[in-house]
This record gives sequence, structure tokens and C-alpha cells, in this order.
Amino acid sequence: MIVYILCFALLLVGIYGALTKKDLIKIILSLGIMGYSVNLMIILFAYKKDAGYAILVKDAVSTNMVDPLPQALILTSIVIELGITAMLVALAIRLFEKYKTFDITKIRRLSG
Amino acid sequence: MILPFLIIIPLLAAFLITLISGEKDNWAIVLSILAVISLLALALFSFFTTGNDTFIYEMSGWKIPLTICLVQDAFSMYMLVIVNLIALTSLMFSVTYIRHIAAEGAWKYYALFMLLVTGMNGVIATGDIFNLFVFMEIALFSTYALVAFGGKAEEYEAAFKYAVMGSISSTLILLGIGVLYSATSTLTMANIAAILPTINPQVVFWVGALFLAGFGLKAAIMPFHAWLPDAHSSAPAPISAMLSGVLIKALGVYVMVRIFFNIFGGLAVFNTIFMVLGTVSIMIGVLLALGQWDFKRLLAYHSISQIGYIILGFGLANPLGILGAVFHLLNHALFKSLLFYNAGSVEMILGTRNLKKMGNMTKILPVTSFTSMVASLSIAGMPPFNGFFSKLIIIVAAIQAGHPVFAFWAVLGSLFTLASFMKVQRYGFRGENKIEKPDVGASRGMKSAMIILAVLCLVSSALIIPGIREVTLDPVVTVIMNKTGYIHEVLGR
Repeated sequence: MIVYILCFALLLVGIYGALTKKDLIKIILSLGIMGYSVNLMIILFAYKKDAGYAILVKDAVSTNMVDPLPQALILTSIVIELGITAMLVALAIRLFEKYKTFDITKIRRLSG
Repeated sequence: MILPFLIIIPLLAAFLITLISGEKDNWAIVLSILAVISLLALALFSFFTTGNDTFIYEMSGWKIPLTICLVQDAFSMYMLVIVNLIALTSLMFSVTYIRHIAAEGAWKYYALFMLLVTGMNGVIATGDIFNLFVFMEIALFSTYALVAFGGKAEEYEAAFKYAVMGSISSTLILLGIGVLYSATSTLTMANIAAILPTINPQVVFWVGALFLAGFGLKAAIMPFHAWLPDAHSSAPAPISAMLSGVLIKALGVYVMVRIFFNIFGGLAVFNTIFMVLGTVSIMIGVLLALGQWDFKRLLAYHSISQIGYIILGFGLANPLGILGAVFHLLNHALFKSLLFYNAGSVEMILGTRNLKKMGNMTKILPVTSFTSMVASLSIAGMPPFNGFFSKLIIIVAAIQAGHPVFAFWAVLGSLFTLASFMKVQRYGFRGENKIEKPDVGASRGMKSAMIILAVLCLVSSALIIPGIREVTLDPVVTVIMNKTGYIHEVLGR
């Protein structure tokens, strides 16, 4: 149980960072932390104590193995997060070119 | 089977466009328009042949608990028709507009646009909840790039804000999917729906809260709306039309209705939340819109308000309310896209979005100002345009369901909408500024996109005639109302 609570705490750290930090790069890192915590949590859902890996080996019958599906899901989700992070960093670079700052309190031409 | 082609065609078109396009964007335009026309034809054909049936496509020959399945029923086909119709008009409008804002590399726009269509078609067609997440990310990823396509400082700012909010909501949705998987050990939506009643009922509330926040952010319902006015007003006009017209519906409203009605079985507590959030969205959206002088920003705030009507209609959860909401989904897509085209046409030719700087439009841009009149009357709910009928149905349904308070707020919201569009017409299109006739007018593609949608704004009122309603809207309402039907139809038992 404690691991799930710790994962959830990590998620909250990420949300807190994304909502309160004023630096573009720190916001991107906070989003990364959020993503890692959810990935970790889904991997932990699949965990079984003393279980083997879920690979079919010839002549070896494994009855007790971890659930392989969440691992496949997390691989997909990691790739998506990589893309989103690259996109955010690219946007941050362009914003720096235009505004000469990473401070979001100074990047406010849109309002109302 | 038709369903896989609705995903394959735009995906293939996106990759072909990147391969064959050189300096010019001619081939990109031809390919993307051909792709979207074939998608629209397929969607229309399958919508009228589906009726009350449900068809399943199981990918790569595996059977249902092991595979990703695509589900074809009246609701998903209805949404696919809306998406591909707006995509077609948006592409017709894009040709001149995108050449105007981006002199080079316009083919990138068409590749991204095709990926956006892929993502939305996939979200609508899929019957697997993780697959839904992946297609959602494809659609969102291309919209982040498309919002920033113009390359101005404000556009990067809006795109960054949108991307941050989008990835927070996606993370919440992924967490919800993880919790749902750990509780039910399956990802097929129909299986989840079958297993959920047999396990601890608290799971539904935990997951429901996560999905409500996640998909609510995508649909821009009231407490989660802050990103919408920036993103939708900064994007290029055809993309604003896609975002406001269909993206918030496909990724937000459609998925929420699928999950909360077909999977969770339409719990009363979520219906109440829908009604309250819908009513709050109607009022706050329209009040924020009243004070706006930036045309596109005003339209973006009205999107929040109109989505409120749709959510209110679904929350009422009686057949009449859902009929109104389903009808308003189509109507809002038609007139809001048309209004964004009008705004884009004015912005391209006069170089301004400020209503105070417009004026005299009936002389210099006759097609734009005439179609904007049609769209304004539709969104304000004037008979005989489509907006009148869907809003009337939702309001009558609210009274019928015993919620006269919500009906009152909906009527008040409609009056404010009328006031705000009278402002647009009076100060914007029929304003007193004497503006010289510019050298270039709207191109043929832009004009035809606007005229098609203006005609449809009037024609779609006919969907309410009983004979036509029975073959178009009623099967959709049946799918949403029939809560256990989804399980039976998809799992075949």
C-alpha cells in the first residue's frame, strides 16, 4: 500500500510544480515528474511478489508471472511523453527567441 | 469492413504528403482533399447503413479480450460524419489562408492536419480504452503544432499553455485508465462495462473523478476552460474551426458520454455534475464573451457556453435532453466553424480581428458578411435556423425532467448570446467605419466553404422533422440511452 501512496505523492509533487513554478523549463520538468509517477504506478499495479518475467521459454512452464500488459502500455506512454516533452522544449526555445525570457510572468501578451 | 479505412486513409495521406511534397503545396492539397472527401463519403455511407446495428472490427484476427476492437454504431458514425464534414470545409478554406500566413512549407500544415483527422477518427471509432488514449495523443500532438503554425509570439504562448494543460489532463486520464485496468483486468470498453457492476462501487467514483477532470479539460467545461480562449483564438482560422467545431467534441464530449453513459451506466451523481457544470459553463462563457472586442476570442468564449448546452442536455439523461444535445453537437459544429471562417476571412483581408476596426463589411465582403449573419442567427437561436431547435429541445427537456432552474439559466444564456452577436453584427460587420474596398477579396475556396456551411445551417433544421429524425438522430439517442446495450452489442451476448 505504501508504494502506491508514495507514487501518488510524486504525482502531487508534479502537479504542484506544473501549477506554481514560473520557469518554463521547471514546468516541463514537473510534467515529466507527473508522467513518471503515473508510469511507475501502472507498473506497480502489474507487480506480483516472487513472480517471474512474462516471457515464454521453450520447455519451461511458468505459472507465476507478472502481468505483461501494463509494461506494454507504459512503453507506449513513455514514447508519447518523449514526443510531448520534445514539443514543449521546442516551444520553450521559440518562446525564448521571441520574449528573451523563460519567466512565464513576463510572457503574457494574451489576456482577458 | 469500413472502420479501419477511416483511420488508415488519413494516416497514409499524412505520410504520403511528407514524402512527395517539394517546395510547392499543390500535391499536398490534392492528396488531403481527396483523402477527406473519401472519408466523408465512407462516413456518410456507413452512417446511413448502420441504423440500429452495431458492427465490430477485431484487429489482426484475434478475438475480443485480446485484441483492439473498433466499434461502429450510430453514435460513432454520427460523430465521424461531423468530423469529416468540418474537416473538408476547413481544408477548402485553408488553401488560400495558409498560403497567406506561411509562404513556405505549407505542406507541413496538410500533413499535420491529416494526423489531426486520424487522431479524431481513431478516438471515435475505437472500442479499447488505451487505444483511445493513444489516438487522443496523436490528435493533441498535431494540434499543439498547428496552433503554433503561424509562428508569431502569441501563437507560441498559446500553444505552450495549451500543451501544458493538455499533458496534465492526459496524465490524469492515463492514471484513470491504469486504475480501471487494475480493477477490471481488461482494456476493452465493453468488457470493463460488464465487469464494473460486480466489483467495489467506489472504483467508479475514483476513476470517474479522474476522467471528469481529464476529459473535462479537453472539452473545456467551466472550471477547466482557461486554456481554450487563448488556443482557439491564436490558431490559424481553419484550425480554430476544427478545434472549436469538432476537437473539443470528439475528444471531450464524445468520450465523456461514451464513458459515463455506456461504460459507467449513467450514474445519477455524474448526471447532476454534468447539469451543474453545463449550466455554469453556459452562463460564465457567455458573460465573458459579452465584454470581448476581439472577434475570435469572443467566438472562443461562446464555444465554452455552447458546450455547456450540450453537457446540460446529456446530464438531463431523458431521451428528449439527449436528443437536443446530440442535435446541438452537429449544429454547434456547423455554425461555430462558419463563424471562425468569417473571422479568418476578415482577418486575412483587413488584417484585424478587432470589432471596433471593422465596418462597412456588407459592401466590401458580401459573402462573408451574409454568411456571418446566418451563423449569428443560428448561434443566437433564431428560427428557422438549426440553433433554435436544438436549444428549444434542451430547454423543454429541462422543464420536463423537473429542473426549471436549469431551463431558466439556459434561456438567459441564449438571450445573452443574442445580445453578444447583435454587438458583432452592429459594430463589426455593419459598423460605421468607412473602409476602402481592398484589392483582394475572399478566394473561391473560402467562399464555397462558407456558403456550404451557411446552407447546412438552414438545411440541418430539417433533421427535427419526425420522418428524417427517425433515421438520423433517433438511433444515436438509442445508443446513448441503452446503457447495457453497448455491452451486449459489442460482446455479442
